[in-house]
Amino acid sequence: MTDTAWIDAALTSARPQAVGALLRYFRNLDTAEEAFQNACLRALKSWPQNGPPRDPAAWLIMVGRNVAIDDLRRSKKQEALPEDEAISDLDDAEEQLAERLDGSHYRDDILRLLFICCHPDLPATQQIALALRIVSGLTVKQIARAFLVSEAAMEQRITRAKARVADADVPFETPGAVERSERLTSVAAMIYLIFNEGYSASGDTAEIRSPLCEEAIRLARLLLRLFQSEPEIMGLTALLLLQHARAAARFDADGAVILLDDQDRSLWNKSLIAEGLALIDKAMRHRRSGPYQVQAAIAALHARAEKPEDTDWTQIDLLYGALEIMQPSPVVTLNRAVAVSKVKGPEAALDMIEPLAQRLSNYFHYFGVRGAFLMQLGRNDEARTAFDRAIALANTSAEAAHIRMHLDRLQRDSQPRGKKAGK
Amino acid sequence: MLYAILCYHDEDHVGSWTKEQDAAVMTKLTVVQEKLAKQGRLGPVARLLPTTAATTLRKDDPPLVLDGPYAETKEQLLGFYVVDCKNLDEALEVARDLGAANPGGAYEIRPVGVFRPGDVQS
Repeated sequence: MTDTAWIDAALTSARPQAVGALLRYFRNLDTAEEAFQNACLRALKSWPQNGPPRDPAAWLIMVGRNVAIDDLRRSKKQEALPEDEAISDLDDAEEQLAERLDGSHYRDDILRLLFICCHPDLPATQQIALALRIVSGLTVKQIARAFLVSEAAMEQRITRAKARVADADVPFETPGAVERSERLTSVAAMIYLIFNEGYSASGDTAEIRSPLCEEAIRLARLLLRLFQSEPEIMGLTALLLLQHARAAARFDADGAVILLDDQDRSLWNKSLIAEGLALIDKAMRHRRSGPYQVQAAIAALHARAEKPEDTDWTQIDLLYGALEIMQPSPVVTLNRAVAVSKVKGPEAALDMIEPLAQRLSNYFHYFGVRGAFLMQLGRNDEARTAFDRAIALANTSAEAAHIRMHLDRLQRDSQPRGKKAGK
Repeated sequence: MLYAILCYHDEDHVGSWTKEQDAAVMTKLTVVQEKLAKQGRLGPVARLLPTTAATTLRKDDPPLVLDGPYAETKEQLLGFYVVDCKNLDEALEVARDLGAANPGGAYEIRPVGVFRPGDVQS
């Protein structure tokens, strides 16, 4: 690590807490962000000389707050009319900073900061972009790159999201238990979205987008440290870790998808798997199951299998059954059908997805899975129809390439020998 | 005399290292470790999983299981065990047995991420 890399790391890790606290003082996102930026600039000057402060977040909050108050006072003189409510929380703040940071506050500060980004009026992509900008502190350029859009487009998206959030009523009083749990649910969903944005990348963009997965994991761990006894947050963190552990094995050199069964399991990240399994263990002890825990438990069964044939499909089928009850959705049933095909065969699995045809008529995976079942049953013409439909609905070139592989195989199988090379 | 060297750092900070930064630090550490190992002076080395994976057993009567790391500051770290267990429940069972033999205080149960058994004569 270079001499200043430790400063970057310290600023990154202090950011959610510092911006969250500054937001509580100033009740304005722009002021809070600007105050933090200014504090960072001073840190870059002061820390290399004086060494890191004992509590970097407290240092940044104090300095950021002082700079912002000076700025507010100065602009007040120019504008003549004082706006006391803008800094109403200050007496309170002085007291708290005098005794360094009050630990119980900062939990809600960070949760509030994350929660602001989950405003229900914001479309998912804007929620994610806002969280990455405000909470994680990624630059607009970095976010734009991860989303594969231009910097200008991303700048506009974030500005728009901020404006909408600024107009919204953000409750600054300490939340009650029910409200806190509601916030936690929204924030967990948003972190999952960030992860998916990175995870659903195709092979050629996976490298560029994987920082989204890493950032989601960082936020999930952060949330779990704040809410240590929430089994669903343990489940969420475990789910992300277990999925991300397979990152290096998910695409071939050409960027085509490699399915779970065909992945080189020695490429799976053992340390992430160990952490994910440990968290699942912890969560299960609470006997308060939830969708993240069940999905993590399914991912854990895959992770535990050293070879594909060791996979406990019966248990996976049962877990998907539990998930269907908690979160009924045709997509969950479709996933369950894959487990059923392994336990009871493709016929049973096909029966299971037949009723989903209408609701999933525009869903790539439905036709991919259906085609695979039909192919296993030797119903090649029907399989081909399903695969053709899947290609038409593919979201990425990697998905299309994968289906084309199936079609090529069908083609080869149906051609009489000797004509194989002909086109 | 055997000495234990216990590693403390800001977890948030270490957690925000990039993969490359983390790997660079580990490479430098390995150089130091290998020197000691060649001299036959290096015992077990462990990198623990994050504190989010920790569970604490308060050795009260009856013992109390809490999520998260041991957070009090009034007790001091007096020793540690490394035990091979199937899962957390099994590890907690071991901790309960140990706790029954020596009540008071607490055990923090933390999964080990990296473990090198080392080779040193006591």
